Amino acid sequence: MTGRDYSHPGKVYVEVTATFKEDGRLIPLAIVWEDGRRFCIDRVTDIRPAASLKAGGCGIRYTCLVRGKPAYLYFEQDRWFVERRTG
Amino acid sequence: MPRVVLHSDINNFYAGVECLHRPAIRSRPVAVAGDPALRHGIVLAKNDLAKAAGVTTGEPIWKALKRCPDLVLVPPNYPLYLRYSRMARRIYGDYTDQVEPFGLDEAWLDVGGSAALRGSGERIAHEIRARVREELGVTVSVGVSFNKVFAKLGSDMKKPDAVSVITRENFREKAWPLPAKDLLFVGGATRRKLLANGIATIGDIALSSPVFLRSLLGKWGEVLWTFANGNDSSPVMRTGEESAIKSIGNSTTTPRDLACDGDVRAVFCVLCESVAARLRTHGLKGRTLQIRVRDCDLSSFERQGAFDRPTSLACEMVPRAMELFSANYAWAKPIRSLGARMTGLVPADTPAQVSLFCDEAARMKAERLEAAIDALRSRFGHYCIGRAVLLREGARFSINPRDEHTIHPVPFFKGSV
Repeated sequence: MTGRDYSHPGKVYVEVTATFKEDGRLIPLAIVWEDGRRFCIDRVTDIRPAASLKAGGCGIRYTCLVRGKPAYLYFEQDRWFVERRTG
Repeated sequence: MPRVVLHSDINNFYAGVECLHRPAIRSRPVAVAGDPALRHGIVLAKNDLAKAAGVTTGEPIWKALKRCPDLVLVPPNYPLYLRYSRMARRIYGDYTDQVEPFGLDEAWLDVGGSAALRGSGERIAHEIRARVREELGVTVSVGVSFNKVFAKLGSDMKKPDAVSVITRENFREKAWPLPAKDLLFVGGATRRKLLANGIATIGDIALSSPVFLRSLLGKWGEVLWTFANGNDSSPVMRTGEESAIKSIGNSTTTPRDLACDGDVRAVFCVLCESVAARLRTHGLKGRTLQIRVRDCDLSSFERQGAFDRPTSLACEMVPRAMELFSANYAWAKPIRSLGARMTGLVPADTPAQVSLFCDEAARMKAERLEAAIDALRSRFGHYCIGRAVLLREGARFSINPRDEHTIHPVPFFKGSV
């Protein structure tokens, strides 16, 4: 029987620096990758509830512009994750 | 305002959520199954690949593995399923305040009042279907109809990720050719009785005489006839409209088979204590005790007996349970699981006639004693106090049915039958 461990390579939990706006919105500012590299988020272009089939999970999905490229950042309950790009 | 009832059913719910969270197993047959070490080793849910291989819900793991040797088994994670269930209900709540859950994975919605704002039932159904897929990563089948029974029937017609519409105009073509067992409340026994009388489809039920059906099946016969003719008028409950509790029960599959009256008494003690404590929490007493006995071959029976007056005392329930048990079981086989349930509930402060023939002082003392046990357990935990009869078995029977996660089947007629 498979255990209760849901971790797998497609789902990367990351450290995130975020801010709470005065209206209650939670906006991520920077992502710290597994190897310690820090990526500033230039802009958040979309916020919506969404599932990630690739990473296996669901939460609030932030579409972030990082170095000019869009990337999905998910806030799932109390943790942030990103989908690992493969290939 | 015409009723527009949707029934939304999350496809392969537990297995769907597990497959979403475990991408590696998505392309394989998967079953969510209980722990074999605790003898809860049955299939609780499966995905479509497992279904195609013949795995069925409720069958033991060994049987499922025989049919499908590369079946991936995963343990259930109820907190995770509850989270998805809540998220789905939040989506439903965007369309109506009439959301009536039917278990964790199903719900009825009456969107009749949202038609002006959100469009037809079918349109709303498609919107919900798309949103659940996008936002939750699982799929739903939605049935759209003018009553709850046909809406439910509709959600079973096309799976997964689909919408089926049954209207007043087309229900004869769409619903009537379906086998009778697809209708809500037609289980194995009813289906066999109907078949023996040449009634095979929902249409056959609809075209039978209600008097005949009543003679065959009792009052349910007439109810089924009403359902089959599209005349179910039960309303979809509003969110938060708590249905009155009709019964309180617990059951357990014990870690080993029970072999003697002493074993059975010990388990009934645990179950009745839990039921009694829950009755008291809700401020209720019950008039009737039901027991359920299942032997090691999985054949089971239920018996019930009434009390002279309503009670919430385990010390009155246990002897009654044992009476019912002894009168109905001859120990042909060892026992695998037991259940106890109290029905005929009344508020605990309902005035009761005291009896000249029983010791009222002792009864009040027993009430105080059990209240004291409740208080102790709420302060120091369930296991701070227990029956000596359970010590004999060590930790084996020391189950805590009250906190064990159980998902109860939900009655369809909330408090109305």
